[in-house]
Amino acid sequence: MGRVRRTTELGLIVLGSVIIAGAYTLASLGRNASIPANLGPFLGIILALLVGAHVATRWLAPEADGLLLPLAALLNGIGYVFIVRLAGERNVPSDLPGLQATWTALGIAAYVGTLLLVRNSRVLDQYRYSFAVAGISLLLTPLVPGIGRQINGARIWASIGPINFQPGEFAKIALAIFFASYLVEKRELLQIATTRIGPLHIPELRHIGPLLLAWGASIVVMVAEKDLGSSLLFFALFAVMVWVATDRVAYLLTSFVLFAVGAFLAWTQFSHVQDRVDIWIDPWADASGSGFQVLQSMFAFATGGITGTGLGLGDPERIPEVETDFIFAAIGEELGLVGATAILLCYLLMIGSGLRVATRAEAPFDKLLAVGLTGLLGMQTFIIIGGVTRLVPLTGITLPFVSYGGSSLLSNYILLALLMRISDETAKRERVRAERADQPDQIAPSQMPA
Amino acid sequence: MNRQIRRFGAGLMVLYVLLFAQLNRLQVFGAERLVDDPNNTRPIVRDYGQRRGSISTADGVLIAFSEELDEGQFRRQRVYPEEHLYAHTTGFFSFNFGAEGLEKIYTDELAGKTTEQEFGSISDLFVDHDNTGHLITSLNHELQQTARDALGDRRGSVVAIEPSTGNVVALWSWPSYDPNLLSSIDQDTSRAAWLFHNALNPSPLIPKAYRETYFPGSTFKVVTASAALESGNVTATSPVYPVVTSYTPPLTTSGIGNFGGSSCGGDLFEAIRRSCNSAIAQMAVEEIGPDTLADVAERFGFNRKPPLDLPAVAKSNFATDYGPFNRTNTTAAGRDYDVFDNTPAFAQAAIGQFETKATPLQMAMVAATVGNGGRLMAPKLVTEIRDVDGNVIETNDDKLFDIPLGRGTAELMREAMVNVVESGTAKRLQTPGWEVGGKTGTAQLAQSIEATHAWIISFVGRPGEKSDLAIAVIIEVDPEIGQQTGGVAAAPVAKALIDKFVELQN
Repeated sequence: MGRVRRTTELGLIVLGSVIIAGAYTLASLGRNASIPANLGPFLGIILALLVGAHVATRWLAPEADGLLLPLAALLNGIGYVFIVRLAGERNVPSDLPGLQATWTALGIAAYVGTLLLVRNSRVLDQYRYSFAVAGISLLLTPLVPGIGRQINGARIWASIGPINFQPGEFAKIALAIFFASYLVEKRELLQIATTRIGPLHIPELRHIGPLLLAWGASIVVMVAEKDLGSSLLFFALFAVMVWVATDRVAYLLTSFVLFAVGAFLAWTQFSHVQDRVDIWIDPWADASGSGFQVLQSMFAFATGGITGTGLGLGDPERIPEVETDFIFAAIGEELGLVGATAILLCYLLMIGSGLRVATRAEAPFDKLLAVGLTGLLGMQTFIIIGGVTRLVPLTGITLPFVSYGGSSLLSNYILLALLMRISDETAKRERVRAERADQPDQIAPSQMPA
Repeated sequence: MNRQIRRFGAGLMVLYVLLFAQLNRLQVFGAERLVDDPNNTRPIVRDYGQRRGSISTADGVLIAFSEELDEGQFRRQRVYPEEHLYAHTTGFFSFNFGAEGLEKIYTDELAGKTTEQEFGSISDLFVDHDNTGHLITSLNHELQQTARDALGDRRGSVVAIEPSTGNVVALWSWPSYDPNLLSSIDQDTSRAAWLFHNALNPSPLIPKAYRETYFPGSTFKVVTASAALESGNVTATSPVYPVVTSYTPPLTTSGIGNFGGSSCGGDLFEAIRRSCNSAIAQMAVEEIGPDTLADVAERFGFNRKPPLDLPAVAKSNFATDYGPFNRTNTTAAGRDYDVFDNTPAFAQAAIGQFETKATPLQMAMVAATVGNGGRLMAPKLVTEIRDVDGNVIETNDDKLFDIPLGRGTAELMREAMVNVVESGTAKRLQTPGWEVGGKTGTAQLAQSIEATHAWIISFVGRPGEKSDLAIAVIIEVDPEIGQQTGGVAAAPVAKALIDKFVELQN
């Protein structure tokens, strides 16, 4: 079982590397009409990195799902090709490819490190409150004077010495672990309603209190940091995990009501929220000002049409921040509906794999954590792609594995490693049970009384 | 929990289906509307920066091409290596101010956007094929340079046409401009050039050779004399007009005086040779009449838009309505002719004044007609369009525009104009071994003003054969010089062109 999965993984990684190297070549042909001189080394480095991750998986999580790593690698590679292609264009710094390559290597190191460190998912369960504290602290870091930095209106950056990072990207994983652990322990209590108000069943406040606190704190911090995307993501994560843990639709509905109220209040209170909504409703109202970015994104998609302009042949650099939040618009322009849909399918396959890990897991904590982590990936992707296509109001957030950004890459590789860990454990347990079932006769005689 | 997990999965699936639907809205169903959105400058920037063919002269001099750029918003920059020299032909290609000249007329061909060019590249669907068109014009670089040098810094225009094909071989006007500035990708440069050029009076952006009309003065007598012969009332030898200093048309007391108060008269040949105002005016009033003269003028191209392949080519004007019938008069020879209320104006119109106005291009067409046996070929600049490999993809065939003159009339007019060079006002054009015809013009802007436009039209060819080159030169009125005659001021410019042409034939 494990061997088959790893062989599949290796095959897919090689296939993915060939696709990435092909895209890299096409992008170079499109831009400069020349085959990149470093194509050989490029392919070599990709293969080395990914095969390294694969070998580590073979060693540390040999029976884990075989699709997740190749899919993440493919997305990472496509994103990298676009960053190379965009670098040096107007408004895009030319040193991004080197940085992104370094971050990718560090991301894979984080992936291996996580697998190495977290040999058993129960460890995470044991440190529940540490993760709660870590999560909240990480979230608060950008607000600390001297450390926090505001870039492009959102105060989501922390600078410690020479290192800049977005603590929120890591906080989301810590909070997912905390939620999973806490909800598993309290879910039965949360299922019992002690008070009824109309159709709503409200459990005892002391059980739900810590959750509300964690959630409320994250919302407040998000509002203070003006990071609407992350705020929405945390909210959805919280609602989904409570609902899955308790099977009480009331929690989901309550969350939606809370969200609606919260959104309305935020809309009335904060000008930056109003701006986002106004832009969403009518970006043409200020086409050369506030609506410029999302309109340029829509024009990019329209220019791409079904088959796209071809790699390196479009003008995606016209969209501000195309290398981070808006990278999907560049994909839509140059690879067209076909390429954009392929990327969507990659995410859907990752979600499918993640949720399969969740349904197969035995321990409720593993299940809930797998749902939380997969939910983070799936919902974050939806929020940003929905934003750049004007399906939902735009909230700045990265596209997992694809966007430029070190914190995002690192945290998503850690997320991936945790999913792999749960998957590996589940498969191992299933195998052991199957082996036991296959060999009852061998065991039985020795246990028989002589 | 598995039930909820599956439901969650289904929920996420729904969200992704919504994303897919939205992508379809943007990229398929609503794409056209978004591409055409007025706020979407992508197509303009892209069109502006896309591949574009070159423009060159008949003798292979590159006069416009696109240079690839490594950085910036635009992928390419239009370059005009000859700067001012061909500005009024190529025009400019500006992001902010659109296109002019051949760049405008042939924009689809240059960009490879015609149906034929796009159809031809269907086989290259998956290859980024260069299907741009490259314009080959009929212009001759040597003649063009000669025209510029001969005119110098005087305001005016030079047009030279090959009579048998209509090919324009030189097209020069001063003041001219440098199209590189207007076509600059640097918005500040192009904007500044635009404002600067438009602030000047006259603006150098106006290609006067085909977009400005002037009183043609005595050069128009070629048209009038042609009409006289076509009318049947005039032959080479009769009537013979009296030698006078001025002719006073009916219904007026103010006469039409001869140049410098001199006396002249005689038959048609003599009237043309001496450029005799009184004789030609009298001929128009008594022998031709407004209808016939208007008809012949229109066959030469007056009141019609010349089919030259440049934008906004101006119509030359010859007024057709000279008021209601007034009375019948009788000529000295005893023949009756109609007099109209505005016959005095008609007499002025017939010698290239009143409302008669012509572009330099039009007057070159008049000379070309006489040089080409009465057949006027449609003037054109682009002779063929080639693809990037040099294969001809489109040929601009020679087209007949009109037949203003019968063979006999044309032959007589040719002789009359050759006389002008041999012993009349255009002696400066004499070129040994070549048959050169000409007609000078000195057009007054108003009776009271001494300053004049100096004109000359000419054709040159081998003796007894159809002409090889027709030329029109105008040197605009210069207040500092005052009176300047076609024979003195304009003739040397035409002569420079003839000499260069003859030199090129050897």
